[in-house]
Amino acid sequence: MLVITCPYCGPRPEIEFAHGGEAHIARPQDPSSLGVEDWTEFLYMRANPKGLHAERWRHLHGCARFFNALRDTTTDQFVATYRTGEPRPDLAAVKA
Amino acid sequence: MSGSFRTGIGGRIRRERTVRFRFDGVTYAGVEGDTLASALLANGVHLMGRSFKYHRPRGVLGAGADEPNALVEVTRGAGRTVPNVRATQVELYEGLEARSQNRWPSLALDVGAVNNLMAPFIPAGFYYKTFMWPRKAWDALYEPVIRAAAGLGHAPTAPDPDTYLNRYAHCEVLVIGAGPAGLSAALAASRGGGRVMLVDEQCEPGGSLLAEPDVRIDGLSSRDWIARTVAELQANPRVTLLSRATAFGYFAHNMIAVNERLSDHLAQPAAGAPRERLWQIRAGEVVIAAGAHERPLVFPDNDRPGILLAGAARTYLNRYGVLPGRRVVIATGHDEAYRTAIDLSRAGVEVAVIADLRPRPTGPLVEQARALGLAIRTGCAITGSRGGLRVTHARLSAILAAGKLGPPDEIACDAVLMSGGYTPSVHLFSQSRGKLRWDEALSAFLPDVSAERERSAGACRGIFALDAVLADGAAAGAAAAGIDAPPALRSTAVDADPAGVMGAVPHDRGPDARAFVDWQNDVTSKDLKLAVREGFQSVEHVKRYTTNGMATDQGKTSNINALGVLADELKRPVEKIGLTTFRMPYTPVTFGVLAGMARGDLFDPVRTTPIHGWAVENGAVFEDVSLWKRARYFPQGAEDMEAAVRRECLAVRSACGIFDASTLGKIEVVGRDAAEFMNRFYINAWTKLGVGRCRYGVLCREDGFVMDDGVVGRIAQDRFHVTTTTGGAARVLNMMEDYLQTEWPELDVWFTSTTEEWAVIALQGPKARDILSGLVEGIDLSPEALPHMALAEGHICGVPTRLFRVSFSGELGFEINVPADQGRTVWEAVWAAGQPHGLTPYGTETMHVLRAEKGFIIVGQETDGTATPDDVALSWAVGKAKPDYVGKRSLARPSMSAPDRKQLVGLLTEVPETVLQEGAQIVASRGLKAPMPVIGHVTSSYYSAVLGRSIALAMVSGGRARMGETLYSPHGAGEIAVKVVGPVFHDPEGARVNV
Ligand SMILES: [Zn+2]
Repeated sequence: MLVITCPYCGPRPEIEFAHGGEAHIARPQDPSSLGVEDWTEFLYMRANPKGLHAERWRHLHGCARFFNALRDTTTDQFVATYRTGEPRPDLAAVKA
Repeated sequence: MSGSFRTGIGGRIRRERTVRFRFDGVTYAGVEGDTLASALLANGVHLMGRSFKYHRPRGVLGAGADEPNALVEVTRGAGRTVPNVRATQVELYEGLEARSQNRWPSLALDVGAVNNLMAPFIPAGFYYKTFMWPRKAWDALYEPVIRAAAGLGHAPTAPDPDTYLNRYAHCEVLVIGAGPAGLSAALAASRGGGRVMLVDEQCEPGGSLLAEPDVRIDGLSSRDWIARTVAELQANPRVTLLSRATAFGYFAHNMIAVNERLSDHLAQPAAGAPRERLWQIRAGEVVIAAGAHERPLVFPDNDRPGILLAGAARTYLNRYGVLPGRRVVIATGHDEAYRTAIDLSRAGVEVAVIADLRPRPTGPLVEQARALGLAIRTGCAITGSRGGLRVTHARLSAILAAGKLGPPDEIACDAVLMSGGYTPSVHLFSQSRGKLRWDEALSAFLPDVSAERERSAGACRGIFALDAVLADGAAAGAAAAGIDAPPALRSTAVDADPAGVMGAVPHDRGPDARAFVDWQNDVTSKDLKLAVREGFQSVEHVKRYTTNGMATDQGKTSNINALGVLADELKRPVEKIGLTTFRMPYTPVTFGVLAGMARGDLFDPVRTTPIHGWAVENGAVFEDVSLWKRARYFPQGAEDMEAAVRRECLAVRSACGIFDASTLGKIEVVGRDAAEFMNRFYINAWTKLGVGRCRYGVLCREDGFVMDDGVVGRIAQDRFHVTTTTGGAARVLNMMEDYLQTEWPELDVWFTSTTEEWAVIALQGPKARDILSGLVEGIDLSPEALPHMALAEGHICGVPTRLFRVSFSGELGFEINVPADQGRTVWEAVWAAGQPHGLTPYGTETMHVLRAEKGFIIVGQETDGTATPDDVALSWAVGKAKPDYVGKRSLARPSMSAPDRKQLVGLLTEVPETVLQEGAQIVASRGLKAPMPVIGHVTSSYYSAVLGRSIALAMVSGGRARMGETLYSPHGAGEIAVKVVGPVFHDPEGARVNV
């Protein structure tokens, strides 16, 4: 069971959290103005990286907030967690 | 023979306390402190099992967790039979009852041993090669026979009567293993002031020191040093020390699973006392001090009873006061076996000869043995054994130049004690995903690169000399606690050369000789060589083909020897072959402890409504809807469900019914932007919905497919009372939070789950208003003041209520929301008031029929995650003028309005009494042969009492354009003809609801 650091509450066990899919995919401001391909891209296309992945988590059984995390999909190590709306951390800065 | 192999003094047993036990029906005496294995050996019994595949007689090989042979069944009566436990780890108690396994009719005479004679015909991969064809024979013949003949003990069929506990723990430092390294580590770590846990699989701390009575540490005997160390740990309130606690699994982020055995060692466990406890320990730092396993020698017929590991024999002598035999042969490639020879010789056992594979062994232990006058043959191979149910002779040959062997020599003995060296236990390190490296000098894989915050200490990382082990443990414990290491302790231990041998011992016994590598799975060096000759190169493939290392012991004694054999055969260095993956559990774990308290009534949470008790008292039959218990119907007398549902349906249509709708999901949506949020979220338009009015809301996912539905009432300008499906409440709330938090954080709106705040009493039927009229205060029930799809706040029976005038039945209807703790009181008041009007309780089954008669969908029954609002005839609900809502863009895709989409229709069977099967397929014509084109499926199907015939809802391709057509539902050899009609069967004008 993983330990996930909620940016609001601190480290908590995985069972308190729900995974929320890839992060940084903003819903378009005006969906109706989008062509089929752009809308399909938004709706269905997701990264599946081997390595660092920015993804959404929700501290469902805690503060109930959504936040973002950088997780290494090969090791399950969380490199960083950060609040919704904040930019994806620069990896070099995270490591420093 | 009772007790005849017991020494007079020494060991950690209490000779004065006799313990009687039974093995295979024979009563024996042991003493307190014995294991089942040591007690049997004290009685001269080596034969403890039959091997898995060939049914060869087997004696105990080891003295601990690595035991592959002495697997027994321990029983305490029905449901308390534990198969496949290692006799070396079964603590003796008065009245213990154990049986050997894998034999019939008896251990000494086993019919299955014919497999042994058949061995030339049962090579590696035998099952793969032989039982491939025909397929039917596998199910009917091969598998049942193989399963009956092979296998180990038998799992009990009665329910497990014991209790198992589960506990979470956190600590700064977890030390696994309480041998010299682990004790030193825990002691050092405890001085850092953090929480320290020390877990050990044995019944007392000490590990290998328990078999080292003569060594002195820091001026104390080993016994006193253990006692002093344990006392200091126990005196520290920040330290938790667990014995009989096996760390069996290493999970991500330093979560360690530990199985603590609480009562298996007791003769009379207290009634109701828990048997085991599962600890899930989250550790900041882990110190693995798991020790090492001794390697057997791979020589022909190395599996006779009486042949055991030299270190195990020394443990039996020094810890349990038991002699392995009277005249022993020591066969070794490692210094440690000399300790066994020396100690046994001092205990009066005749050491016939020490046969050492090494040409020129040197060092203090070898010199001590020489000084004692023990016969030592160097450069000498053990090439076989003789004997039936017990070894009688060892066959020795000198190793000459160029790998040739000299003439054999048979030495009479009653035990052969062997050692190829020690294999560090890297199981847990490997489970943690740490990377290993091969150490050529030690012939061992050692921990290299960590994946978690852990470190190994002592023998499990290839450090064997006691002073070095103590220092290594202390350093590891201190480092884990973030403090400086304490001064090193000195011991009087004599160090052994840590190098050993691996692979097969050379022999001259021809190709058919069987030298066992994996005792538990009956894999020989010949099997491994055959696998290589047949083309297997990868160690993982060889493992699966031969099953080497795949038994419950996970190859603790066999892995390295198997690698040695493979390396020879493949002519490749060991590090290029690699090790197979270690998996949890380290030793087998009961299902009971994994299940813990989650059994029976506690397997899953049960949700009940405030009115549940009334339903129970009134004979309701319940069904599970997600976690809820819902009343399905209320049978009267001998009614079956069909009869009860017909009666309940007619009662609602003719008078009135009362229904517990409390399980409906409820979410309070509040805030300045509540209406704006609702507009963006649901497909409907909400701005113009007046306060005190309700609307049927439909929610789509962003992909345009229906996700949930429910009536929404506007309580105030900034407050909506949203209802959801029973199963969808959590999903909908999560999705609301998702959009609010991540897409529209600028909106001022709050969501609160109120599902369990409100009890909901549905009153449906033409008499509903009459029944309610005397109960409410401050609410005008007239059709003008409270029309269909309106709501009012006021009181009912003195209790505040939100009264919705809504109908899921097509009749005049009300849903009375009252605070949950008043739910039953109000229900009973309504019930009493309804008696003169023929009020009838009904359940979910009737609710389903009533709504189907009206063509109302149920999300998840008519919809399946691929239905748009239009597909289920809900396009009227769409707020078409809205610029955007969740799902709108997707619904504009051309495929979402294709004319051949499956659409909701009604179906009427040609024969009115025929009720279609829900889920049945719909096809366009008669007489089709499978596979046939399917154009739809039945989603709901019932007998309608009010219509006097069956009705069905279905999703049919282009269904709305097929009105009046006859379609078919394949059934048995033929089909059922159905006519396509609109989905509303009863009162299509809706006159009954607007009264
Ligand atoms: Zn949180």
